Amino acid sequence: MKKMINQHPSRYAKVFLAMLPFLIVIGLYLVASDARLSENPNDKLLPAFSSFVDSMERMAFEPNKRSGDYLLWTDTLASLQRLLMGVIISALIGLSFGLLNGALPFARAPLSPFVTAISLIPPMAILPILFIVFGLGELAKVALIVIGIAPLLIRDMQQRVLEIPTEQIIKAQTLGANSWQIMIRIMLPQIMPRLLAAVRLALGSAWLFLIAAEAVASTDGLGYRIFLVRRYMAMDVILPYVLWITFLAFCIDWTLRRISLWAWPWFHSAQPDSGASS
Amino acid sequence: MSYIEFNKVWKEYPGQVVLERLNAKVDEGEFITIVGASGCGKTTFLNMLLGTETHTRGKIMLAGSEISQEPDDSRGIVFQRYSVFPHLSVLENVIVAREFQQSPLLTRLFGKAKQQAKQEAKELLDAVGLAASEDKYPHELSGGMQQRLALAQSLINKPKVLLLDEPFGALDPGIRSDMHALVLSLWRKHKLTIFMITHDLKEGFYLGTRLWVFDKVRHDPQAPGAYGAKITYDIPTGQCETDVLEKIQGSFTDTSTSTH
Repeated sequence: MKKMINQHPSRYAKVFLAMLPFLIVIGLYLVASDARLSENPNDKLLPAFSSFVDSMERMAFEPNKRSGDYLLWTDTLASLQRLLMGVIISALIGLSFGLLNGALPFARAPLSPFVTAISLIPPMAILPILFIVFGLGELAKVALIVIGIAPLLIRDMQQRVLEIPTEQIIKAQTLGANSWQIMIRIMLPQIMPRLLAAVRLALGSAWLFLIAAEAVASTDGLGYRIFLVRRYMAMDVILPYVLWITFLAFCIDWTLRRISLWAWPWFHSAQPDSGASS
Repeated sequence: MSYIEFNKVWKEYPGQVVLERLNAKVDEGEFITIVGASGCGKTTFLNMLLGTETHTRGKIMLAGSEISQEPDDSRGIVFQRYSVFPHLSVLENVIVAREFQQSPLLTRLFGKAKQQAKQEAKELLDAVGLAASEDKYPHELSGGMQQRLALAQSLINKPKVLLLDEPFGALDPGIRSDMHALVLSLWRKHKLTIFMITHDLKEGFYLGTRLWVFDKVRHDPQAPGAYGAKITYDIPTGQCETDVLEKIQGSFTDTSTSTH
């Protein structure tokens, strides 16, 4: 008998074991839902799967009676627009300021402590300020995402630049490179894959800020819808929406990982622990 | 006047003298190997030549003018590790040096200039034995091949001085002798002036035209930092008696073995 730490499941066992927790949760839900519904057919807390299908059919494929919109799709579009805008702007800010801070001591000296201080502000605490300053429109929601994740991205990128071995920077200088050339040819390409990895991690927070902002003040969006139908305890809408958000998050993460693997093969094969399998 | 001159050069840190009163003259085309105990200041010496550290007193002259106090393209370097750029292919690693020199803003060459840079890079890669690997990335190369690439990279811009900081220290002995042959052939072909730090006394004697030994002449047991190292032996190699070799060996192996 081998020690536990040396025992590995076979390929099929692995697939089965990966599915097992999902199956257990679904099974438990079905049993509990069935038990409650048999006592009270109007129970709203744990609706049957058939009512999920009904309500999603209504949300996705029938125009809303009041507005004429297909709500699931207008919500998804609105939320994704805000999310992607916020994340892309944050990534650009993180990349440029991180690169600047990492490369130039005279940029780092004033900016690094400032960015650290900003990153410690709880973003949700200044959400009211954003609504006051930017109004209740799109800008405030995008701004919340940017304020929430850009400082962390800046700090991460700065750290990544500083982690590049000094030997490389000195070598580039002996090859005749000036500061600008070192930044765009040596540092920038080496932190690009790390930016994508950092963005993948930051997406979780980005969704959090998005849904929070939508819940507080909005007229459409996935977060808005969930909080709206909460008043009617419409679990048959909330649960499928949560699954849908999870699926969208998974798709974005998967796409970013694919892009990284395709664009920077040297990064993933040189560092087996850097996300090839995560 | 000599090509490189050290005139009463000192290097001091607060409370510690690293190097004291170095005087030396080096002609163009010399190959100087440097040995010495760990912590005796040979890397500090090389860093002063490179420009990453500044001497505190005296003057270092290179080709008639004072040596610049930051790294630039007058001096090439090959470190023990991390000398190549991991995100560029082997060929790009060499071409990028040309692009640094000729395209200050975009750092990209196009058309004819690119073709010419490519041609030169390929010749250099051929000379170091990497012609077949030009499309690979550094992580696909062995340690010895990475050092070959680092050498090719340093040579494309024709530096006045080539500095080697234990370039073969991390390589297997078998590969090392191949690298010795390569360095000697490059040195002759490109008429380089080389300073090379090594831990291996045999390597030092075999490669250079001159061997320098760095060691402390004076010791104060109460204040270990009071005196710095000097060049205690300056030997034209090839004309050396065995007992001198043993004496040098004895003068620094005690300290160096204890620190390893």
